[in-house]
Amino acid sequence: MLLEVQDLSVNYGVIQAVKGVSFNVNAGEIVTLIGANGAGKSTILHTISGLIRPKSGKIMYDGTEIQKEKSQKIVASGISQVPEGRHIFPGLTVLENLQMGAYLRKDREQTKKDYQTVFERFPVLAERKNQDAATLSGGEQQMLAMGRALMAAPKLILLDEPSMGLAPIFINEIFDIIQAIQKNGTTVLLIEQNAAKALAIADRGYVLSVGKIVLSGTGKALLANKDVQKAYLGG
Amino acid sequence: MKRNLKYNLVWLLIAVVGWILINVLEGVGIIDQFAETTLVLIGINIILASGLNLIIGFSGQFSLGHAGFMALGAYAAALVTQAMPTELGLALGIIIGMILAGVVALIIGIPTLRLKGDYLAIATMGAAEIIRIILINLKITNGPAGLYGLPQLASWSTVYVLVVVTTVLTVNFIHSRNGRAVMSVREDEIAAESMGINTTKFKVAAFVFGGMTAAIGGALHATYIQTIAPNDFGIMESISILIIVVMGGIGSMTGTFAAAILLGVLDMVLQSFGALRMVLYSLALILIMVFRPKGLFGTWEFSVKRLFNRKKRAKEEV
Repeated sequence: MLLEVQDLSVNYGVIQAVKGVSFNVNAGEIVTLIGANGAGKSTILHTISGLIRPKSGKIMYDGTEIQKEKSQKIVASGISQVPEGRHIFPGLTVLENLQMGAYLRKDREQTKKDYQTVFERFPVLAERKNQDAATLSGGEQQMLAMGRALMAAPKLILLDEPSMGLAPIFINEIFDIIQAIQKNGTTVLLIEQNAAKALAIADRGYVLSVGKIVLSGTGKALLANKDVQKAYLGG
Repeated sequence: MKRNLKYNLVWLLIAVVGWILINVLEGVGIIDQFAETTLVLIGINIILASGLNLIIGFSGQFSLGHAGFMALGAYAAALVTQAMPTELGLALGIIIGMILAGVVALIIGIPTLRLKGDYLAIATMGAAEIIRIILINLKITNGPAGLYGLPQLASWSTVYVLVVVTTVLTVNFIHSRNGRAVMSVREDEIAAESMGINTTKFKVAAFVFGGMTAAIGGALHATYIQTIAPNDFGIMESISILIIVVMGGIGSMTGTFAAAILLGVLDMVLQSFGALRMVLYSLALILIMVFRPKGLFGTWEFSVKRLFNRKKRAKEEV
């Protein structure tokens, strides 16, 4: 098991956003957390990457507890996050954004090769290498955010709503890329409001509702589930 | 730095040519004593403003306490050169001032850089006031009267060399891996944190670096003007450095140079207008801000590298 979350609770002040959530991610899988706004999906992701501290519970990564580690250490240990709303660095060029992703890496030779891999996967980034990242379109910025996360050479990549606010043509492309990332051997934890798309490519999924997991199963089983269809897939 | 060796060499060449040019102009008599003083003040302002630009423009932290660090450098250099009126004393004074300013910036920076925007501005302003009040009340600094009759050790050559050195260091820092980290903190703190960047560390690093360059500026001020008093380093001094940064363009070193030169020359030309001087000076500031609200250069930088690449590309196209 690459990642195991045990009985995780997170508070924002007095509000309990996550109430005793447990789930796990095996190496090589795509696992998705789906649920409505405010279900606690992003909070869980931020807790895993060390931006928020949990109130209680454990996060085990590769056999060690990480819920008390600093985010620098978590990134260095191989977890990399693509934040919701992309959060690219607007004043920096596309290349500089990618260089920021590789910030903690020391293996220069492999890093150089990885730039090539990222440029092959996202040709549009190669074309706009020296352009200010702020001038990219929304879909291109999402690709940049994903490329930047991949430059950290992660074992586990956390994707927070990658399809949010994108044109349908880009959404399909993004989901194709997520599958390609998995094929390359990187494990994916995906958070999505677009439940149909997410479950279609996921090995397993968990359904969150107001801070609790209410359902879990393989992607296919959840897609076929009547309750899930009713609540998240529009009938 | 190694990769940019070629461009650094070109810059060095430009710097040497500039130095020779000014020397020749002085020999011919075009630059008189008055103009030389203006040149020195411009140089000191460039050092001060490029340090502040690093803090405000590149790390995105709004500081109003630059004069405080300048004061530390000025007093350190003044006290050391009084005891030791030689070139070595000047070098020692500058170094001690830089260390002092660096340590104080570290002490101030760690708690205050958690604040943002106007809160940080007020906190840094307060810190600079504390430094000023301490200088007024210490015996060794001769209280509110300040120190005078200091040996004039800094010549315009000293200032020129130090402008070049601090600029090369600052620009190379900005273009380094750590410089990119500083800018990423400015653009998006959450994203920077999730890239594994210790955001507090880099904010403090930029603040300390900026404080240390301010100390250089202060030391030169003390050993060229030969008189310093605590009131030279009040809030108005911080603001006049800030004006240079804002006018040149926040985040543009080229702009800082241009604004420092423009304001310095303007100040010199307006000397003959007497009482009208400050009115005309303020009017010029207002006009610049109306027509160039992002500063003279915005975030644009003059780059030898780009110039080279453009030439190369033009050749390939032919």
